[in-house]
Amino acid sequence: MSNPPNIPPITEDGFWLPAQASTIAAETDHTWWVTYWMSIFFFFLVIVPMIYFAIVHKRKSETEKTSPIDHSMKIEIAWTVLPTGLLLWLFALGVTGYANSQVAPDNSYEIKVTAQMFSWSFQYPDGTVSGELTVPKGRPVKLVMSSQDVIHSFFVAEFRVKQDVVPGLYTTLWFEANKTMETALQCTEYCGEKHSNMLTKVTVLEPKDFQTWIDNGGTMEKMPPVEWGAKLYASRGCANCHSVDGTRVQGPTFKGFWTKGSEKLTDGSTVKIDENYVRQSILEPATQIVEGYPNVMSAYAGQLRDEDIDALIAWLKTQN
Amino acid sequence: MSRSITAEEVSQIPQSGGTNYINAEQGVWSWLTTVDHKRIALMYLVSTLIAFLMGGFFALLLRFELLHPGKDLLDAKGYNQAFTLHGAVMVFLFVIPSTPAVLGNFLLPIMLGAKDVAFPKLNLLSLYLYWTGALFTLSSLVTSGLDTGWTFYVPFSTAVSDTSVIAVTFGVFILGFSSILTGLNFIVTVHKLRAPGITWYRLPLFCWGIYATSLVQVLATPVLAITLLLLIFEKVAQIGIFNPKLGGDPVLYQHFFWFYSHPAVYIMILPGMAIISDVIAVHSHRRIFGYKAIAFSSVAIALIGFLVWGHHMFTSGQSELASAIFSFLTFFVAIPSGIKVFNWTSTMWRGSIAWNTPMFYGMSFLFLFTIGGLTGLFLGTLNVDLHLHDTYFVVAHFHYVMMGGSVIAFLAGLFHWWPKMTGRMYNDSLGKLSCVIVFIGFNMTFFTQFFLGSRGMPRRYYTYLDQFQPLHAFSTYGSWVLGLGLILGLVTLLASLKSGARAPSNPWGAKSLEWETQSPPITENFKRTPLVTHGPYDYDTTEDK
Amino acid sequence: MSSATALSAEQAPSGERSPDFHVGHHWDSADSQFEAGRMGVWLFLVTEILFFGGLFCAFFVFRSWYFDSFVEAHSHLDWHMGAVNTVVLIFSSLTMALAVRSAQTNNKARTVQMLVVTLVCAAIFLVVKYFEYSHKIHDGLLPGGLFHATGFVTDHPQMFFSVYFMMTGVHGLHVVIGMGLMLWILIRANRGEFSQRYYAPVEGVGLYWHLVDLVWIYLFPLLYLVG
Repeated sequence: MSNPPNIPPITEDGFWLPAQASTIAAETDHTWWVTYWMSIFFFFLVIVPMIYFAIVHKRKSETEKTSPIDHSMKIEIAWTVLPTGLLLWLFALGVTGYANSQVAPDNSYEIKVTAQMFSWSFQYPDGTVSGELTVPKGRPVKLVMSSQDVIHSFFVAEFRVKQDVVPGLYTTLWFEANKTMETALQCTEYCGEKHSNMLTKVTVLEPKDFQTWIDNGGTMEKMPPVEWGAKLYASRGCANCHSVDGTRVQGPTFKGFWTKGSEKLTDGSTVKIDENYVRQSILEPATQIVEGYPNVMSAYAGQLRDEDIDALIAWLKTQN
Repeated sequence: MSRSITAEEVSQIPQSGGTNYINAEQGVWSWLTTVDHKRIALMYLVSTLIAFLMGGFFALLLRFELLHPGKDLLDAKGYNQAFTLHGAVMVFLFVIPSTPAVLGNFLLPIMLGAKDVAFPKLNLLSLYLYWTGALFTLSSLVTSGLDTGWTFYVPFSTAVSDTSVIAVTFGVFILGFSSILTGLNFIVTVHKLRAPGITWYRLPLFCWGIYATSLVQVLATPVLAITLLLLIFEKVAQIGIFNPKLGGDPVLYQHFFWFYSHPAVYIMILPGMAIISDVIAVHSHRRIFGYKAIAFSSVAIALIGFLVWGHHMFTSGQSELASAIFSFLTFFVAIPSGIKVFNWTSTMWRGSIAWNTPMFYGMSFLFLFTIGGLTGLFLGTLNVDLHLHDTYFVVAHFHYVMMGGSVIAFLAGLFHWWPKMTGRMYNDSLGKLSCVIVFIGFNMTFFTQFFLGSRGMPRRYYTYLDQFQPLHAFSTYGSWVLGLGLILGLVTLLASLKSGARAPSNPWGAKSLEWETQSPPITENFKRTPLVTHGPYDYDTTEDK
Repeated sequence: MSSATALSAEQAPSGERSPDFHVGHHWDSADSQFEAGRMGVWLFLVTEILFFGGLFCAFFVFRSWYFDSFVEAHSHLDWHMGAVNTVVLIFSSLTMALAVRSAQTNNKARTVQMLVVTLVCAAIFLVVKYFEYSHKIHDGLLPGGLFHATGFVTDHPQMFFSVYFMMTGVHGLHVVIGMGLMLWILIRANRGEFSQRYYAPVEGVGLYWHLVDLVWIYLFPLLYLVG
């Protein structure tokens, strides 16, 4: 099982951290570096003497005597109080940065996020739904997130944000992307077999381009239906369970689907394979499970526009 | 002209033959029905080492799979089982029991000048509960395995997973009782069985550490028990308290789970710290620096450790205020650990440092635990944690403290007390070599993972973005080196049983009570109850005449 | 609190020879063993408090989230039966305490009697519980996903019953375990194993039983009464 196609890499910046692509990334990274240098300092403070003592005081005879000094009030207080002070400073840095990152600005562009095993779905204010996250540069974006099944987690490394996506609950996360780029969104709470496949593309566009994207229903260039259908197949989780080459995965293969004519269902009935059948199977799969297959497909009602379903049908017709 | 033999030299004379607790009674039945804490300790040693090998096998398996993205050996389901079983076996069957049940059981009574723990039969019951819990847990290997992660998060474990969740959680439930009863036994032992002259401040710091651990075992583990019971009933009777479809809350499960599991990490590290205090003092032939500070730090860590569980949940959906409070308290639990590290290092100052296997492992502990503790700061810092949570940075952090800390300390303790426990000396050069290989392999495997995490590699991932492949491969090679070092260490110890020189009662020139018994001790530990007139680290100093 | 200081066997007030009991080889006196045993029992009770504490925590959390459901649901509990059980348990704690006292004063007959009465009380408790439970099951007042009673106006009555069954079920399990312990002590008492010099196991079981009673004393008002 390899990654879904078209996932861009995470842009690296230096040895440790990814590139900064959001307005809070700089603050987070500043706190990271403070912690880093504090740690380097304390590490060497302990290890250098340890190695030095091990060498300089290496035992020369079994009966040699050692120092009687076994405490020092001054030193012990110093190495309690000073680190406490430093750690309180670190806490303060952390909590301020955290507070900044939790409260979305009032004019945030709200996107509804639905996570399910094993795909993401983003619903824009105008009803556009996409399996990838596309956002405008320079504008705060607020995500309102919920899960359909188990706990997932939203994580974009360059934005320095993360929030669990929980069933039965709405969690929120906001960020403001400050450079155009493409990167990966990775699910970061173990959610089952294809947890490490639950990735999707994140694109940051100039506001102008973003408007074009939204107007086209979630694509930069309006694609012909078959192409759009193929893209939906790959990006909206279908490919995880339905192959196109005849292999049996969780669900029936799409190879030769349209020419089959009819399908036998678990309730014994036979159904004609046509546009209605496809539409129903996508929006409410539990009502028509093919015989011999489990009832595990998530419902896509509310997550695909009519144009999307038309495109999928068009594409399915090309699967021989 | 011959000179008279010194007391020092007498203590160096190996015991030849003679009765000891190992050969006092023969036959498997005598071992299975023993109430001798030392025999029980040995049985725990064998059991936990088998668990360690099993957990290690799963680790090597999963690391092998991670050599490349996509399938190397396992499919995704198999991989998810591998990392889950690695975690569950290591945490519940190895790290939590090992030091208390092996070294604590063996040494605590002897260090106190006692003949046994307070409740010897309860001790045997603890062992049987361990075996029963282990059986249930490991039964999953022949049924449907486990793929929930060792944390059993809901709703995945209750509503989705089709693996042996109930068997394993029930097994862990039983293991919890083994842990509770051991802790209870030790608390009463320390209070009620100290020999005349052993005041609280004359206890070896190993005892303080075991005592603090026991407090946590007794107070925290019952909460795990009820959590797992609720999980089981959620699966079996749909009680729904964690199920959002029925009105329950999956985040509530996390609160319940971490309320135990955070103190549990202190159950894992406090005994390790306890060992290190003794190992460093003995192999520096020096009074420990800051005895009281170390003793009280152990108790402070045990208690403050109950207040910080929410730092595992900063991104869970809990309130911002809760996260802020937990972060604040988390920094406070770091302070006593820091104090200990400074005290241990200071103990080496103007000491007489032995370059032997226990000390090598002891210094490795200092190095690795310091890194582990410091990287905890990154995770406790709220905004940085938003980036690092659930990435390989966390995996690296907890391996540095749990393995680089607890396991390395356990090995230090094993090499330190092996002569006492078995009456044999091992090959010190091989022992030191094993330490060096383990140290290199460990850092190769896990330091790499800090980079993976900070660069954005999530944990519990079967496959991954191509850019992470070189680091993953390097980490896997490190795991092979680490495995090699550990095998070498094990072989060194086992070989001593066959061909090691007989150990004197006090090969290290130490001052605590266990070194005044023979190696191995007689069943009653002491022929007469000892009267203690000096502290456990009362080495000859430059001020003595 | 009298300690188990050793009197010689001939001086036992009842005139009988006091039975010998085992003092572990690692103890320097019977007293030390007794005090240690007592400490062990108390530590165990602390673990039980934490164990039940988790359940009480769940109760308070869900009560705060679904207050109306809890109010509506709890009225379906039969507080009369709960009250009877409360009286029975409190009484059984009294008889248990008397059993301990009897053992302490070498009164073997009274020890056995009191233990029997306590056992009977425990059994009554379980019988009442049986009736309560079967009533609930009959009415579909079951936990969580198994709930199928009708006529409720609030959203989450099933959560109340989840908490109710977990709490009373775990408590009931402890009652059963207590009965087993009491039976064990009863057999030993009947054999004449306890006396002024040695009654630690009776006291230990007694302490356990008082805890079981105490948990119920909190459970009853919270589940049955508070509206």
